[in-house]
Amino acid sequence: MAELTDLTLLEAASALRSGDVSSTELTRACLNRIQSLDSQVRAFLTVTEDLALAQAKAADQQFSNRSAESLPTVLGIPIAVKDVLCVEGVLTTCGSKILEGFRPTYSATSVSRLVGAGTVILGKVNTDEFAMGSSTENSAYGVSHNPWNLDRVPGGSSGGAAAAVAARMCFAALGTDTGGSVRQPAAFCGVSGLKTSYGRVSRYGLIAYGSSLDTVGGLARNVADLAPIFSVMAGQDPLDSTSVPDPVPEIPLNGSGVGELRIGVPKEYFIEGLQPEVGTAVRAAIEAFREMGATISEISLPHTDLALPVYYIIAPAEASANLARYDGVRYGPRRGPSEYPEDYFVTRGELFGPEVKRRIMLGTYALSAGYYDAYYGQAQKVRTLIKGDFEAVFEDVDLIACPVTPTTAFEIGAHGDDPLSMYLEDVLTLPANLAGIPGLSFPVGFDSDGLPIGMQLMAPHLGEAQLFSAAYAYQAAASWHTRWPEL
Amino acid sequence: MALTLEEVRSIAHLARLKLTAEEERLFASQLSDVLEYAARLGEVDTSQIPPTASVLPMNAPLRPDEVRPCPPRDQLLANAPDTEGGMFRVPRVLDLEP
Repeated sequence: MAELTDLTLLEAASALRSGDVSSTELTRACLNRIQSLDSQVRAFLTVTEDLALAQAKAADQQFSNRSAESLPTVLGIPIAVKDVLCVEGVLTTCGSKILEGFRPTYSATSVSRLVGAGTVILGKVNTDEFAMGSSTENSAYGVSHNPWNLDRVPGGSSGGAAAAVAARMCFAALGTDTGGSVRQPAAFCGVSGLKTSYGRVSRYGLIAYGSSLDTVGGLARNVADLAPIFSVMAGQDPLDSTSVPDPVPEIPLNGSGVGELRIGVPKEYFIEGLQPEVGTAVRAAIEAFREMGATISEISLPHTDLALPVYYIIAPAEASANLARYDGVRYGPRRGPSEYPEDYFVTRGELFGPEVKRRIMLGTYALSAGYYDAYYGQAQKVRTLIKGDFEAVFEDVDLIACPVTPTTAFEIGAHGDDPLSMYLEDVLTLPANLAGIPGLSFPVGFDSDGLPIGMQLMAPHLGEAQLFSAAYAYQAAASWHTRWPEL
Repeated sequence: MALTLEEVRSIAHLARLKLTAEEERLFASQLSDVLEYAARLGEVDTSQIPPTASVLPMNAPLRPDEVRPCPPRDQLLANAPDTEGGMFRVPRVLDLEP
């Protein structure tokens, strides 16, 4: 057998079942790889070696006790968790100094369901502070590096997750997607990333950023590997009143049905400024779907160019309310004089990073008296138009296919002190969050610098099964997802 | 729409953020850029369009009001920067005569 960390999640699951390998061996292989490579990649903020080995031992016990068929696919599989998801007793910082030292007293439902099924938690991976960013450059604990080129960003905000998966330090990772934070880093790092439908996976224990947009998703080396992660996490949770009661579908991984698919290609997503190689690779992948029998048609989502301004009013508005809770009283450090209210001002002023402060300010302004109607109210109405675009199009097509990002991974520092130019990185991913629909990002090529190019498929609300089915069929014929960076 | 330094200070006050003079200047310019970009929303006719607060039909589900376990107090207090006698300790917020 080659290196254990070269296995896909499903291959590892199969090796566990045949007894060829133990969870402890898989876990040690991942921990060793983290140890030897993460000084370059900097994906992990916390490595939970003791916890991981204990969970692996428990998983091995289960394999020896019971017949393998009845055991969950994810049993004994080592994964990483984005540092905005609570893991009981494990440092959870959101990439922020304001949560330095915070150890949650409970786990996020997404995490506890996976742990309940026997998944091994290797540690917490880097994120832009409170998931606000597209590069991990906004993390208070330093930037993560793209395993394909260490001078490039891995994307964000789930950049640590994408980098860890691409560097084969884990078999999958949990991420979150509020405006593209799973799909964009997946594209930049050449891995597969699922943004789930709003309400499909519980947000309980996901430290809130934009509550009407936040979703929990996953990143893995290929689409098939994401399926068991999704199946375990998804489903209604009494602890999240916005989680939906709809049954979680079986995920068909046989590539059937692609011939009947109607795929729409939105002309508005092939924007000016799209790197030509990205457009070419995505169009080639769409052509591959046509060759598999899918019907391809050009469609229009006319309000696409309004998604960015809508998002950058609504998300900051929700963030300004959600982040009001950080006051140095119940968790995190406290700064400043022991004097009210000066201690609040100093604690928040010193411990939030610049991007978080910008978004809190933006949101506070958009919600303030005299500006509410013009900004927040108007943004909510335009959001209705954007959502309506998708509803109209899904009358005629089953899936939408388009680029994930305007370019491949950019250089660390490229956006410097220009937040608006960084926001434009999200222009192709934000609409799905505003509409609450699922999206799946997967590699469809490389540019001339050897950097991965991603494509995204979007489906109607709760249409994850269609996404999996189509992307699985693509990967059954393509080989982009089998290429890995040399490290 | 350009924000003045005075407006930036007033927003920072509402948001309970102490900013440095440098941050005030920087944010005035950066936030103005974003607001200017967002101004295009004002050009859309939404007079007949209802707002979307959530993509789901929100009908505030109810559950039985039952006592359920919660984490022990010492665990919850363990994350706080300052505690005393099983409580969060904070600077005095009321000016009461002793």
